[in-house]
Amino acid sequence: MSKSPNLLIPALGGTALVLGVAFGVMNRDYAADKIDTLETRVNQVSTQASSAAETAKAEAARAAELEQQVADIQAAAAKQVAGGTLTEPAPQIDGRYGLGRAALAEEIAAWDVDVLPDGRGLPEGSGDVWTGEEVFVDYCASCHGDFAEGVDNWPVLAGGFDTLADEDPVKTVGSYWPYLSTVWDYVHRSMPFGGAGTLTADETYAIVAYILYSNDMVDDDFVLSNETFKDVEMHNAGGFIVDDRAEAEYAEWSAEPCMENCKDEVSITMRSVFLVETPPEGGSNSVMNPAKVDDLPSFTAAGPSFIPVAAAKPAKAPAPEATEVAAADDGDALLKHGEKVFRKCSACHAVGDGAKNKVGPQLNGVMGRTMGSVEGFGYSNVFVEANAEGKVWTPEEMAAFLAKPKSYMKGTKMAFAGLKKDEDLDAITAYLASFAE
Amino acid sequence: MDDIFKPSRRAFLRGSAALAAGGVAGAAAADTPDPLITELQDWASYTGVGVDETPYGMPISFESHVVRRNVEWLTASPISSINFTPIHALEGTITPQGCAFERHHSGAIELSKPDYRLMINGLVDQPLVFTYEDLERFPRENHVYFCECAANTGMEWAGAQLNGVQFTHGMIHNMEYTGVPLRALLQEAGADLSSDKWVYVEGADASSNGRSIPMDKALDDVLVAFKANGEALRMEHGYPVRLVVPGWEGNMWVKWLRRIEVTDMAVESREETSKYTDVLEDGTARKWTWEMDAKSVITSPSPQMPITHGKGPLVVSGLAWSGHGKITRVDVSKDGGITWDTARLGKQGDTKALTRFYLDMDWDGAPMLLQSRAMDETGYVQPTKEQLREKRGENSVYHNNCIQTWYVNAEGIAENVEVS
Repeated sequence: MSKSPNLLIPALGGTALVLGVAFGVMNRDYAADKIDTLETRVNQVSTQASSAAETAKAEAARAAELEQQVADIQAAAAKQVAGGTLTEPAPQIDGRYGLGRAALAEEIAAWDVDVLPDGRGLPEGSGDVWTGEEVFVDYCASCHGDFAEGVDNWPVLAGGFDTLADEDPVKTVGSYWPYLSTVWDYVHRSMPFGGAGTLTADETYAIVAYILYSNDMVDDDFVLSNETFKDVEMHNAGGFIVDDRAEAEYAEWSAEPCMENCKDEVSITMRSVFLVETPPEGGSNSVMNPAKVDDLPSFTAAGPSFIPVAAAKPAKAPAPEATEVAAADDGDALLKHGEKVFRKCSACHAVGDGAKNKVGPQLNGVMGRTMGSVEGFGYSNVFVEANAEGKVWTPEEMAAFLAKPKSYMKGTKMAFAGLKKDEDLDAITAYLASFAE
Repeated sequence: MDDIFKPSRRAFLRGSAALAAGGVAGAAAADTPDPLITELQDWASYTGVGVDETPYGMPISFESHVVRRNVEWLTASPISSINFTPIHALEGTITPQGCAFERHHSGAIELSKPDYRLMINGLVDQPLVFTYEDLERFPRENHVYFCECAANTGMEWAGAQLNGVQFTHGMIHNMEYTGVPLRALLQEAGADLSSDKWVYVEGADASSNGRSIPMDKALDDVLVAFKANGEALRMEHGYPVRLVVPGWEGNMWVKWLRRIEVTDMAVESREETSKYTDVLEDGTARKWTWEMDAKSVITSPSPQMPITHGKGPLVVSGLAWSGHGKITRVDVSKDGGITWDTARLGKQGDTKALTRFYLDMDWDGAPMLLQSRAMDETGYVQPTKEQLREKRGENSVYHNNCIQTWYVNAEGIAENVEVS
């Protein structure tokens, strides 16, 4: 903007030159009409010159005004930056910084495994329903149930058709998932829980075929492959709409809100279902709330209808008093490392006080115990056999097993790829040995 | 004692007498001298802890109850689960990292900076791999943003469920992030930036938690962040690098960010179809419900923060936020929504960040039905539960931004309730 007045200077110079030429021409002995013409020209030019000067003045003023506006905006922005409400954006450049390196084709192939709704990204391969059932029982059934019906709180994968409008919709692959690509991608990428990324393409096709079969979406002779992928129709493919809150809600909920006498009377219709205790050791305990709404006042603009005399005992004890935290036991570095390694196991196994069987057996006192001997746990056949043979868990056996579970115990249900590092194996065996029966 | 101290000591005594006279209404007079004042206390006599004792400080033991807590029965396993920020016990707006809620789909992983790689591929001129050090060489920005799980307050669709603001509203945190605009990385790879393109992002953990983000948002304010509140991200928040998607549901804030792919359509991953979609009353579901609408809640008094001081001056304190921009106003009701008072904002709202609000009141000891109602810069007014249910039914899990009610009885005990 500051440049505009300067740009006008050459324009004015040009006008002066035109005037000079005009006066030069007048000195010659020309006819009166010519002189008249020239006089008219002079008037015209001089008017133009003065109007150009005025324009220049006006433009200079406008430029100054705009410059002031820019300065004001900049000052306001600086103030906002200082006030912490705005960050000055990082500079943008036209070119590139030249950071990073070219990704290699092998690297992209290793990580870019997503599958798009139209099937792009699916690798070649196939799997049939019956193979799928076998693989599913091995890898998936411990959480999702033999028939994809879900165990405990783990997701149900089958059934639930026509429940989406019910009070508790059952959202399964069959009843809810709109795209088959999503099932394939998720199983292949993130399952089994605790062993993600270990399924082959064919195993994945087989598992997905079995899930479709569990949902009565294909017959038992169905073979899912990158070819047949497009033949499968998803039940709820048309069940989704793109977010329409802007039209359906925002417009209606943007009026100036009521401030006074907004309702005649307000009563309490429901009290908290659960009281939550927050013990000093962490976590929380939920307890059913026995209190009823009957004892509570309703409200009008005048305030509560009554003040309960003997207010029911505190619905819940106030926040617990702080308690001293026991100094953490430094412990042995090996055990600490073992505890860390055990995180890889803890999706399926519990150890320590009150450990119960989860997807895998509880591990208290595992060292020195006969294999396959935890009561109430359904072992794979290979462990049933080891139990019959009287084989016992020693640190050596445990290390060998955990290094390569699938080859050491052929047929184990344990979906764990194995520990590669010796120090991890030493640590985990020491850690497990530290828990007595 | 030196004479020089005398005038000021007298002045102090005069001042405190005046204060006592003025404050008679609320404060009880002491009958006996307070031994905490009149007797020499250990801490005033013995020496304290040296500077070599705590290289990284933790909160003092008296505050050990101010921690994240989980609700065991909510999920099948704590590894694919959530815990809640103790928002009842925090003040201001910044959430300390150590008590900021966690949501993992396959547990928090330990990924070191030397082992960190970030790939960008798909519709780009040059697919690239960045190391952690590479990211630190791009111009960076600092912004405070809230991160709210789409399922925050989700249980309350079915009525008042858990008695505690930590559990009803604690799937939220608010931090100052340092990071590189995603825009810069996309430009570096020569990505197709047209607005019909998508950016698919995924994490390095076993769940990978992939999500698709429309290009316009990716170019707007999304950050590839490596610091929070001035220090490295915590493991549970995605160390060393996470995505920050301001104002949008927490599930999209991919942790341990390992890959960015430019695509010509949404991937429709598990997390954007089977989860994080909203079933309406008739069984159809809304998808791509990314923005977190304006919401507020009173954090104190609340079930975990009863009024313990009786009648008189009471500070009602709460939080408000909007995924659409700044909070412009918060109203508070003491009678369940019959009458509203406009609250004082602790600080003018930051865009897409928590705003603290206060109602400074004189409590007469009568029961109250406390509510708060937020408005944002778009003019949107936080709805009641009734309004939400009228539009969406009760089968939704996510995006419940209803007005919350606490019943406070005459003893100052607060409870989560639903009102007519």
